[in-house]
Amino acid sequence: MTPLAGYLLLAALLFAIGLAGALTRRNAILVLIGIELMLNAANLNLIAFWRYGPHPEALTGMMFAIFSIAVAAAEAAVGLGLVIAIYRHAKTTDLDQMNRMKG
Amino acid sequence: MSFAFWIVAALTVAGGLAAVLLKNLVHCALAVTLAFLGLALMFLQLDAQFAGFAQILVYVGAVAILVVFAILLTRNAEVLAKGESVFSKTWLTGLIAAAAVFAVLGWAVLQSVRGLPNETAEPVVTVVEIGKALMWHYVLPLEILALLLTAATIGAVMVALHEKKEAK
Repeated sequence: MTPLAGYLLLAALLFAIGLAGALTRRNAILVLIGIELMLNAANLNLIAFWRYGPHPEALTGMMFAIFSIAVAAAEAAVGLGLVIAIYRHAKTTDLDQMNRMKG
Repeated sequence: MSFAFWIVAALTVAGGLAAVLLKNLVHCALAVTLAFLGLALMFLQLDAQFAGFAQILVYVGAVAILVVFAILLTRNAEVLAKGESVFSKTWLTGLIAAAAVFAVLGWAVLQSVRGLPNETAEPVVTVVEIGKALMWHYVLPLEILALLLTAATIGAVMVALHEKKEAK
């Protein structure tokens, strides 16, 4: 097994763990944590391809990962802000109980 | 595959699994921080020092703190009735979907293992080069990102403050 295949398999495993967390947990914050794990797994793929692919000096994979980290940070801020807003309104972070769009 | 890879991989996967499976939310936040740290170590192993330290700064530094704050601010909500599961009613469907995604991804990687590139030469990238690339070649995405981060910060504050203003 080449090193790149190892990193790709690890990223796939982390992505699956994050997806399982996002799909099975009831707490909204845990769902966001799952999404963060999935984004991180994608970043690992980008960096691994940058390292083992041709022309690393072009920095494309690295730049993609850095921009992805920044976008994920913005997403986390907005997502957690939404969770806190819903908690203030409905006094719950349980996704099974969030079943109304209006009030 | 080096020995260090397996240690860091085990650390990262253990952190991720613990974050998804543990019952206590604070423990989950700490476990996911461990997973983020493991991924940063992976980046360092892959000779992407800048991305590795950015990962530590943004995820272990900022996102983990944000998650802990959100957990503490919504503290009263997590009181579970006795015997109630932390997983949703449709957990089996979610688990099957996640397993199917992993199976497909793993199969795709193993099928293409011979076609994957394998450059052995270590890329030598200095921070100066990254800064130059950001300032010249990638300056437009960088500016858009700056705008996005500003909008996201303002948006997060607006969303989180809204209800309080109405109450007063």
